[in-house]
Amino acid sequence: MDERKETTQKPAADTPCLAPGSGRDIEAELQPPVDQVDLVVIGGGPAGLAAAVSAWDAGCRSLLIIERDDRLGGILNQCIHNGFGIFRFNEELTGPEYASRYIEEVKRRGIPYLCSTMALELTQDKRVIVVSPKIGLKQIQAGAVILAMGCRERPRGALGIPGTRCAGIMTTGTAQRLSNLEGYMPGRRIVILGSGDIGLIMARRMTFEGAQVLACLEIMPYSSGLTRNVVQCLQDFDIPLMLNHTVIDIHGKERLEGVTIAGVNPDTRAVLPETARRIDCDTLLLSVGLIPENELSRQAGVTLADSTRGPVVDQYLATEIPGIYACGNVLHVHDLVDEVSAESHRAGQAAVRWLEAEKKGLITRAVLKHHAVPVIEGKGVRGVVPQFIEIGQPDAGLDVKDKWRVGFRTDGVYKGGAVVVKADQKQILRQKKLIMTPGEMVLLDLDPAKLADDALKALTIEIEGEAEHG
Amino acid sequence: MADREIICIGCPMGCTLNVTVRDQQVARVRGNVCSRGAQYAKDEVLNPKRMVTSLIAVQGREEPLSVRTEKPIPKNLIFDCLREIRKAPVTLPVAIGDVIVKNVLDTQVNIIATRDLA
Ligand SMILES: Cc1cc2nc3c(=O)[nH]c(=O)nc-3n(C[C@H](O)[C@H](O)[C@H](O)COP(=O)(O)OP(=O)(O)OC[C@H]3O[C@@H](n4cnc5c(N)ncnc54)[C@H](O)[C@@H]3O)c2cc1C
Ligand code: SF4
Repeated sequence: MDERKETTQKPAADTPCLAPGSGRDIEAELQPPVDQVDLVVIGGGPAGLAAAVSAWDAGCRSLLIIERDDRLGGILNQCIHNGFGIFRFNEELTGPEYASRYIEEVKRRGIPYLCSTMALELTQDKRVIVVSPKIGLKQIQAGAVILAMGCRERPRGALGIPGTRCAGIMTTGTAQRLSNLEGYMPGRRIVILGSGDIGLIMARRMTFEGAQVLACLEIMPYSSGLTRNVVQCLQDFDIPLMLNHTVIDIHGKERLEGVTIAGVNPDTRAVLPETARRIDCDTLLLSVGLIPENELSRQAGVTLADSTRGPVVDQYLATEIPGIYACGNVLHVHDLVDEVSAESHRAGQAAVRWLEAEKKGLITRAVLKHHAVPVIEGKGVRGVVPQFIEIGQPDAGLDVKDKWRVGFRTDGVYKGGAVVVKADQKQILRQKKLIMTPGEMVLLDLDPAKLADDALKALTIEIEGEAEHG
Repeated sequence: MADREIICIGCPMGCTLNVTVRDQQVARVRGNVCSRGAQYAKDEVLNPKRMVTSLIAVQGREEPLSVRTEKPIPKNLIFDCLREIRKAPVTLPVAIGDVIVKNVLDTQVNIIATRDLA
């Protein structure tokens, strides 16, 4: 990892109250109050950690990570399975191990962080109000902000399953936390609704820890999880994956006693009542999608995209509010933490370039909305990030020579198709793909040289080929 | 001679490998994007292996200790391995990477801690 350079630089003298020293939790040092910080990173998961490390390496010495949990590492702390870091570290690590590599990088640099501290409010002019049991309420004026709040699971309420409200129904993430961090088994006979990665991983975890997983139901005609997880979490243990199935009723008074499941029409997803049958179980785990956690972004007036539910950004991960950046799962839900880290390193660097340009007085509104070219979701494409490409801002020092990474998902399973990128009408890229599924994000690296055209109006990404399932 | 389709779990690409088996030997692998896939196909047909991750309850502590096998172990030993993990004694403090069970089930593979627990 090239960001691992040892930094021997002394902290800048003008860093107010936040002189970094020997990488640490600065809760004990917050006298007098911190009020001005160049860069505030909200969220201390893999996204926030990578962004902070890169910002430091790009020369920023006045920065602070805010984390509401009592430790850094985010969701990785509860992901004790292996499968992290194959691309980043060329090793197969567990979540806590991957997190600890980044936490070490943060500590080694002396980047200050505050745990058990929640960012409550964010304003358009980048004031952050934080609260913690020990320091109470505090206002921080940031020069730039990186949003790295991750995502949360859709709760049962958002699903509208009928039936009683008994104990034994929870999201897979809650079950994961109970089992892996708090040492409780959520149940003995388990049904899982939803076949996203968390659902698949939890099917295996519950099997490993002694429970019986009776079925994993998926309303869609395909699993939304990674193929490898279907193989090693379900197939290995003969747990049935029931595609085109859902839960239509819930039974039990105090504790769950069973669920009624039924098949659905693969095209309309209408329930097929004749297929209904009951499964006796004491626990139902819901793994039905993740939503980026954007309450703060909304408060600050950051525009959100419908298709990702995350901020609208350009290729530098800049939102439409000058100086506010976003990366990781708050921006769009990633499959792999390695990609979260890569994206967040870019956000950290970009935020520092912006801070420098701003200090030199180079950022004006005119420069900012200079030439934003929309990236349009064509046939078969959903949730594209970035939504805009900023063409040429050399004056503000915002331009970089790196390739521009674009990520999106397909709306169905495509075999032997291709991805096509068009600059206005002209095809600038065509990549054949053996398989594309909604469960695996497609990543493209665009060559800036091919796009630096002042007349460019729009980029369109589309899929060639026919979807097997719509 | 027989053809088998298996999905490589070597990385999240999840390549579909087409394996030709002849005389109990892997004669040919197709569909792998990288060389790890060919190796995985051989192992998966002749001696399937998996990483095992699990938890150990620690006396007097609410939080369990998370552990993993250092390397993949034969797939048919997963549940025996989980039993060994469950009964392993843990003395605190434990640091990430500490060996918790040496040479589990004579596999030449250690069980190591994946977090610090003090
Ligand atoms: C069950 C599961 C299995 C997974 N399996 C794999 C896998 O096998 N391989 C892989 O590569 N990836 C896997 N992932 C994905 C990977 O864990 C995520 O992509 C990654 O953790 C996202 O990082 P993040 O920093 O964006 O979000 P998070 O890890 O969620 O971190 C966000 C942080 O922000 C904090 N926060 C939020 N709001 C505030 C606020 N207002 N104030 C202060 N702090 C705040 C949160 O407390 C949290 O710590 C898995 C994820 C899950 C949930
Ligand atoms: S063959 Fe290589 S690229 Fe394909 S899944 Fe296996 S390890 Fe990944």
